[in-house]
Amino acid sequence: MIDVQHVTKRYGNATALDDISFSINKGEIVAFLGPNGAGKTTTMRILTGFMPPTLGTVRIAGFDCLETPWEVKKHIGYLPETPPLYLELTVSEYLTFVGRIKRLSDDQLAERMDTIMTQTGLADVRGRVIGHLSRGYRQRVGLAQALLHNPPVLILDEPTTGLDPNQIIEIRELIKSLAGSHTILLSTHLLAEATAICQRVIIIHRGRIVAVDTPEQLGAKLRESETLSLTVRQSDPDLLEALHQIPGVIRVSQGATAHTYLLDTQMGRDIREELTQFVVSRNVGLLELKTQPLTLEDAFKVLTQTDTSSGPSTSTPGGPH
Amino acid sequence: MNPVHTIVAKELRSAFVSPVVYVIAAIFLAIVGLLAYSAAANSSNQAIRLMQIQNTYAQLNLNDMLFRPLFRSINLILMIVLPLLTMRLFAEERKLRTFELLLTSPIGVNEIVSGKFMSVIIVYSGLLSLTSLIPITLSAYATFDWRPIYLGYVALFLQGSLLISIGLFASALTENQIIAAFLSFGCILGLWMLGALGGIVGDTTIGHILSYLSFSEHYERLIRGLFNLKDILYYASGIAFMWFAAHQAVDAYRWK
Repeated sequence: MIDVQHVTKRYGNATALDDISFSINKGEIVAFLGPNGAGKTTTMRILTGFMPPTLGTVRIAGFDCLETPWEVKKHIGYLPETPPLYLELTVSEYLTFVGRIKRLSDDQLAERMDTIMTQTGLADVRGRVIGHLSRGYRQRVGLAQALLHNPPVLILDEPTTGLDPNQIIEIRELIKSLAGSHTILLSTHLLAEATAICQRVIIIHRGRIVAVDTPEQLGAKLRESETLSLTVRQSDPDLLEALHQIPGVIRVSQGATAHTYLLDTQMGRDIREELTQFVVSRNVGLLELKTQPLTLEDAFKVLTQTDTSSGPSTSTPGGPH
Repeated sequence: MNPVHTIVAKELRSAFVSPVVYVIAAIFLAIVGLLAYSAAANSSNQAIRLMQIQNTYAQLNLNDMLFRPLFRSINLILMIVLPLLTMRLFAEERKLRTFELLLTSPIGVNEIVSGKFMSVIIVYSGLLSLTSLIPITLSAYATFDWRPIYLGYVALFLQGSLLISIGLFASALTENQIIAAFLSFGCILGLWMLGALGGIVGDTTIGHILSYLSFSEHYERLIRGLFNLKDILYYASGIAFMWFAAHQAVDAYRWK
């Protein structure tokens, strides 16, 4: 459904995208994962026909983005990073306007409006001015705008940014419910979000694709070097060295405080039980033991390393989290 | 619904929700009304003085005494007011990122530009039609030649359209409305000054070209009641050129 071949985008001398290729099948939900400035938005803008690539070809639903931009635009629903809202219009005025520039007939528009209002939960606020709506509702209006003409391909640029946890869950559920009938590419900088709703994850970093994988396999790769965070009550100068002796521990480093230790453990080996017993036996007061959630930066470090299991033991720790 | 109509309808809706249009309309109409009043009062004073000297009933030419200066003044006001009407057209879309919605929809850049242009023309025509109360009211108390008035309004419409098309272009260049207003203000002022420069250079080829490029001489001829196809052509080509420039500026936005 989406086919990107050798796309490069340069802004003057700066290269935003460097020869990226990927394709997405019909009905798939794919996450585009990367830190800010990785090239997610640029890729999405190229896909939507908003800007042309410097090199390479993009085909959406079989139509080339440069040769037949008109057809591509009809087949795409796009939610940019900032929802494109006219704050002075009411929700229904705005969606009517969108429907008309998406070339829906009056009958289609009336029918789709009702569907979309229920689907996105906007029916209660249809007469309200968009400028008076909360962030969550504005995001929903943005999503409604992308869905209005019932496009087979949806491109969502960070659809959950700036929402509160409940709203995030609602939007994620909504996106999940669209899978199958729609092909969805969404961008995010949250690893958890990508693994929660997507069937496949494309990781992009500095304009290059670092990895394309399913969340399960990606998760397995990432778990190969799990980090545990240990907090004790009493400080013990020898503890750092002692922790090193526990089998399965590759590396120990001091955490954010003198009472916190970060332990890198061997792949596939859960040492939490032994560790607990060890700390309790030393009687330093075990306060907390938890697995450190991998940040995106850590994930990149892991994924870009050729051999993850034998990472250098002298490398700096991930830092306090 | 035709996409151009959709854009026009949306623009008009947006324009009349915000107070900007009302404020601009109020100021514009107040100044024009005051100028018309003072011109009328001045004319009647002169008429009374003339009667005292000649001791007869004097009929002054209102076209010369009142309307032509009034049309000249309105032109000056338009140069300041119209950039304020056009400044938000594209600048706001860029700032609010709604431009991405327009440019990723199956609608042509020409349709977007035309729709925006026409929406301001409609607002401006509304303003102009309100000023027609001045000649209508005066016609109850005095007699004058209507032909220069009609042509004066044609001139005002064309002049306004030209200034709006300049503003349209300026607005497409920036996402800051204030900068857009000053840009169009600067362009208009420059175009106006070309006429003065042409006058200084005098009766040479360069002088003629400069005067031709400025709107001053074309506008002046029209408000004198002289219909000349050359002047209409000047405005038509000027508007078309600025429309094209705006189109290119919008199109270029996506290449950045």
